[in-house]
Formats: sequence, C-alpha cells, structure tokens
Amino acid sequence: MFSAFMLHAWIVATLVAVAAGCVGFFVVARRAAFAAHALPLGAFPGAAAASLMGVNELWGLAGFAVLGVLVIGQLQRAGRREIASALWLTSALALGVLLLGLSGRYAQSVYGLLFGDLLGIDTRQMAVVAAFSGLTVALVAWVGRPLLLDSLSSELASAAGARARALEFVFLGILALSTAIAVPVVGALLVFSLMVGPASAARACTDRPWRSLAIAVGICLATVWSAIALAYVTNWPVGFFVGMLSAVCYVAGRLRGGAVALAQVA
Amino acid sequence: MAGMFAWGHMGGFWSNQPVRVALVVGGGAALVCAVVGLSTVMRRQAFAGHALADVSGAGGSASFLLGINPLFGFLGMAAAAAGVMEWAQVREARERDLLTGVVLGAGLGLAALLLYLDMTVRNVSGAAITVLFGSMFTIPPSIVPVALTVAAAALGASALVFRPLLVSTLSVDLARAQGASVRTIALIHALALALAVSLAAMTVGAILSTALLIGPAAAALQVARRPATALALAVLIGLAAAWGGIALAYQSYYWTAGHGWPVSFFIVMLIVCAYLVASAAARRRAGSSATAPRSGCQEH
Repeated sequence: MFSAFMLHAWIVATLVAVAAGCVGFFVVARRAAFAAHALPLGAFPGAAAASLMGVNELWGLAGFAVLGVLVIGQLQRAGRREIASALWLTSALALGVLLLGLSGRYAQSVYGLLFGDLLGIDTRQMAVVAAFSGLTVALVAWVGRPLLLDSLSSELASAAGARARALEFVFLGILALSTAIAVPVVGALLVFSLMVGPASAARACTDRPWRSLAIAVGICLATVWSAIALAYVTNWPVGFFVGMLSAVCYVAGRLRGGAVALAQVA
Repeated sequence: MAGMFAWGHMGGFWSNQPVRVALVVGGGAALVCAVVGLSTVMRRQAFAGHALADVSGAGGSASFLLGINPLFGFLGMAAAAAGVMEWAQVREARERDLLTGVVLGAGLGLAALLLYLDMTVRNVSGAAITVLFGSMFTIPPSIVPVALTVAAAALGASALVFRPLLVSTLSVDLARAQGASVRTIALIHALALALAVSLAAMTVGAILSTALLIGPAAAALQVARRPATALALAVLIGLAAAWGGIALAYQSYYWTAGHGWPVSFFIVMLIVCAYLVASAAARRRAGSSATAPRSGCQEH
C-alpha cells in the first residue's frame, strides 16, 4: 500500500485534500456548491482542447477554468448564479464532447478526467499540484477575512470597504484554479465531493469559523486517506469511496447538529 | 466545404430510421423538459435538477451491468434521488444547496463504481460516453413506446400541480390557505422532474440533460411576462433546439468526411444561443422602458 508507485498518489491526495478543505469552507459558507461542481467539471474540455492543439494539458485546464470564472461572473449579472453555472457547465461539456470526438481520444481518457486516475502520477504533475495547492492556501490566508465577512453579511463587508463583485471573482478564481489543476490526477468529481461533505460536517463541530476551517481540512484528509486505503484493498475506484465517505460526513454532521440543538432545548 | 450550409444532403433525412427515432424521442424529451424546467427554474431548483440528471447516470450505468432497459435504470435512480431530497425536507436555502451537493457527490461516486464494473465485469468500454453524453442515433426503436409513456406521465404530473405549484412558489401561506398540501405538490413535482430528467439523460446524456431542462425555461423567463407565454416560449425553444440539433448533426457527416459531430453539442449550443438572445432582448427592453415590471427571474 505504501510502495513506491502508491507514494505519489498519497502525496498528491494529501495536497489536494488540504486545498479542498480550505476552499470547501467558503463553498459551504457562500452556498456555492453548484459553482464548485461546475468549475472543475467545466475545465475538463480544456484537456481535450490542449491535446488537439498539441500543447500541455495543464494550459488547457487552466484556460478553461479562467474562462469559466469569467463566463459565470458575467452571466450572473443578468440572471442568477445557478442558471449561470448550469449554462457554463453544459456549454463547456458540449464543447468537450465535440473536441474529444474530433481528437479521437475516447472512453478511457474521459473516465480518467471525470473520476480520476491516482496511479501513474509523475513527479512533474506532483510538483504542479503542490504549487497550486500552496497558492490556494496562501490566497485563502490573504483574502480569508473579507471573504468570510462577505459570506456572512454582504452589507457588513461593504461597510468595511470590501467590494462584493471583486470578492466574488476572487472566490470563483480560487475555486477554479485550486480544482482545475487537480482534475487529471484526482478527477473532476472527486474534488467536488471533497469540498462539500467534510466542510458541512465541520460546521456542526464548532461555532468558530477558523476552527471550523481547520476541522474541515482534517476531515478531508481522513476522507481521502481512508478512500485510498479502501480503493487499494478492494481495487474499486477511489471516487466511489470519496463520494460515499463525504455523504457519511454530511449525515454525521446533521445528526450531531440535531443532537446539540436538542441538548440546548432540554 | 462549399456545401456546408446548403441543405442539399437532407434527402435521406426523413427516411432514415435512427433519425426518425431520434426526432420522436428527442422531441418528447425537449417538450417535457421545457414544461417541467419552467417550474424548476422558478422554484430555484436548477442545481437539484442538474444533480438528479447526473445521479440518474449511475442508474444508466447499472442497467448495462444488469442487462435491463437503460431507461428504467435512469428512471429508478432519478426517482430514488428525488425521493431522498424531498424526504430530507430542507427548508433553508443553504442547507438545500448542501444536501443537493452531497446527494450529487454520492451518486457520482456510485456512477464511478458502476462504470468501472461495466468495464471490468461486462467489458462494455463505451458505457461512460453513452451514459454521460448520450448517443441519440443509437436509441433502439423498441424504446419509443416506453419513452412516450414516460413523457406523457411527466406532462400529466406537471399539469396536475402547475397552478398550485406556481402559487406555492410565490407564497407557501397562500397555497395553504387555498387548501393545497404543499408537501404533496412538491413531491409530485419532484417525481415529474425525475421522469423528465431520465428521459433527457437517455437522449443527450446525463451530464448535458441540464441544458434541456434549464436553458429553454431560463431563456423564456427572461422575456415572458406571463406564465402561459413563458410556457409556450420554453416549449418552442426546446423543440427547435432538439430538432435543429439533430438536423445539424445529420448534416455534419458531410463536413468532416464520414465522421459526424455529436448531437448533444449542437443541441446545447442552440439552447445557449437562445438564452443569450433572450437576455439581450430583456436588457434592451429594460433599457427602453426602465419602469416596466420585469419577470421573476431577474433578481439575484
């Protein structure tokens, strides 16, 4: 389980989990689950576009992630964020289907991009993921306070001098970059599960925001590590275990939240 | 390339069996999605609609494994997920968003497992593409009666609750005062949503069915001022996109020698164009008459 070829998987999953925990805290606070789903998934055609043009896959992913932020940001001025997310996601995926069809890379690469392929990660990919996870954590540390204030009360934040629109773009940017880069390694769908479940469970453990963020990162790490171990033992896909464990986290959080509320009443 | 946009190649279009099946099933899916999508968008359940579609993909993957009709796979899984979401009965918007996300994550995890088993146990390698992105021209003709029954059931359920649903979307108290059971209405709507989404997942694929569900309705709500106009417009956009997409995909065999472009791509692009045109029209009208009341879709 800890042999050389699995070592890269452990390291990358740990890096992704730390970034996903930090970003997931804000996804939960800002009700942005749909955007968190749409941005990484919408970046996956970038990989197909890049392979068609013969450039590095990562440029394609980053390009589509940034494009997604701009499109969602622009569309949500006219309508609502959920409509903007839905439209961006479907048009990006439609483009992806076309590009995959034209480039002739079919079933196997799609499965890998959606559900992840933790084996066969090379050192260069690992370095890129490490760089972007570090960047994500640094950005969260930098804009975390105004972003949290804006998530809790946008009136309060604008009174404190923050600009809501700029903050929304910064948030979507962090979301997009932290997730899109991890797509070829852990898959578009795994990143999403990691952002929602653990952070929602962390809320039930404490009322303090920064402690909640730390707990979210901890639960993320526990989820990812158990998922890899289970996948190694059963030979089933990692994405399955991450999705299920994330749901278990959420249910546990709801139950705990209910128990705490009952205890306060009694 | 000269004949790219000349419709000279449409000779075999109407006599082609897969095309006719695609036109019927695709048209049915577009019609049902436009109707159900309208109430879905108005109730701010776009994310839930998308999640149901993705989760239904797990059912589609299971059907390959079990060797059953894929429509029943999509349908069973979508209905189960809709049941979970309605049963959990979350009122607060933030919690609903999270619960949807969690159901989506779990469903996709299940899809990952089932697709993996499809590949290893059954040796079906194209299952991921078929389930997630659809394959309209390979729908077996035997599915048409079942698909039309599902479409009729979804339309019936939607028609049954359309008015009370509209009222309860605007005000829960008003709906209760009129003697409606808000919970039953929501449940019937969730069922109609599950039916519509599974039908769309069969045609354009689980991931892209969101376009058929949300796009036409959102575009119609940008410009229409009454529910009836919005309904008619949404149906019109949906049908035009579905049939136009099929025709364009048929044409595309002649663009890149003998190697067609996916139908889903054209359908989604047509829907997105319709939405952009509709928002431009809405903006223009808002500019010319700044005081006019605007439809319910506008506020953030």
